[in-house]
This record gives sequence, C-alpha cells and structure tokens, in this order.
Amino acid sequence: MTWPGLILLAIGIGWGLFFSPADWQQGDSVRIMYIHVPSAWLASAGYVGLAICSLSSLVWRHPLADLAAAEIGPVGAAFTAICLATGSLWGKPMWGAWWVWDARLTSMLVLFFLYLGHTALMQAFDDPVRGARAAAILALVGVINLPIIKFSVQWWNTLHQGNTITLTGAPGMHIDMLWPLLVCTVGFTFAFGAIVLARTRAAVMERRIRGLLMAQAERA
Amino acid sequence: MTHLPFITAAYALGVGAPAVLALLSWRRLKLAQKRLAVIDPRMSR
Repeated sequence: MTWPGLILLAIGIGWGLFFSPADWQQGDSVRIMYIHVPSAWLASAGYVGLAICSLSSLVWRHPLADLAAAEIGPVGAAFTAICLATGSLWGKPMWGAWWVWDARLTSMLVLFFLYLGHTALMQAFDDPVRGARAAAILALVGVINLPIIKFSVQWWNTLHQGNTITLTGAPGMHIDMLWPLLVCTVGFTFAFGAIVLARTRAAVMERRIRGLLMAQAERA
Repeated sequence: MTHLPFITAAYALGVGAPAVLALLSWRRLKLAQKRLAVIDPRMSR
C-alpha cells in the first residue's frame, strides 16, 4: 500500500501542479484543490472508519477495534487540519478572507474537534477500557456531523461551492482537472491507509510488549 | 503562476504533514519490532 500510494501521489501532484490547466476564474490557485479535496474526503472517510471501529468495540468487543480507533483518530485529525488549512489558503486569494463561518467550513471544524475529543478521551482515563468506551460513544454521536458536512452546501446558502462530483451526475469540472484529482485522491487514500496500518501494527506490538513485561514482573 | 505563495504553502503542508506522520509511524513500528524481538521468544525463532 505504501509504494503504490507514493507513486500515485508523485504522479498526481506533479500532474496537478505542472500539467493540469489553470482555471479561467481562479487562475492557478485551483491547483490547491488537488490537496484540499483528497484531504477533505479522507477526513470524512477516516471518521467513518473510526465510527465502524467504535461500533465493533461497543457491540462485539473486538480486541483490535479500540486499537485501530485510537490510531485512526490522530491521522484523521491531521488530514482534517490539512483540509482546513489548505481551504484557508485558497479562501484568502479567492474570497478575500482566511476564514468565514460558512456551514461547510464550520462543520469541518466540528469534525476536527470530534477527532481531537476522541483522542483526548482515549487517554483521559486510568483504565484504558473505560477511555476507549467513552471515546467510542463520542465517535458514534459525532457521526451525525457527517451528513451535515455532505449536505451543508445544499441545506444552507454557503460561500463554499456546491458538489462538483456526484455519484449520479456528470462531473462539473473539465476532464483535464478531474484525472489528476482522482489520482491524487487514490494516492492520498493509500497513504492514509498505510499510515493507519503501520500505527495499528505498532500498537499491537506495544500491547504485547506490555503484556510480556508484566508477566515477567509477576514471575520475578 | 498566479497566487504562488498560497499554492506553495498548501503543497508544503499537504505533502509535508503526511510525510512527517508516515515517518513517525514507520519509526514507531521499527522500534516496537526491535523491542519485541528482545523480549518475545517467538520472535527470535
């Protein structure tokens, strides 16, 4: 997953930066989209993964679910922060403001705080099982924010543009911009998956190390 | 290229932050593997 992700990212970023056309209205600042859109997609998709892990933890007590949720949280928060920051870097030259309290932007900020809250709750208890349970409940309550993010541009009159790519309709952008965007999105998705998998593997090993050390201490 | 400082900052952040995150994760994994190899008899077989 690491190498395909790196190759796709190199192709997508190079394509988006140097070979895709500038927008007639936005000029070259449209190139920020090749970073902003994949990070926005991963911020939401990562939260879906977090919610699935939380559900598995609460309902089926899956032993890996808490570990995976704990490792998705910081990575999701990082991608949400990238989305917010790159959106801000696009907003300043286009809207004339770094930030507006627009429904899409605000709901993404709430997502960022949900990720931070989840990570903080995981570590807030002396008993890690109680921490994981509290964090899982917060993650499941926070799922309500996902449709708000998705439909915010339809439900409210927002400064943020509407959906350009939909499942049912033709894309609202030129094919020369769509392809590098898709390649970047797949590349960033692979990178996100590789980071989460590496962190989860490390967490499994760390748990085993703790168990072995405690067993050794009890025997001594 | 128009808006170059904004584009440069966005790409530096969008590529740099995941790269740092990936490097830290990789280092954590290698450290855990090394520590486990020392204390877990199954790992040294």
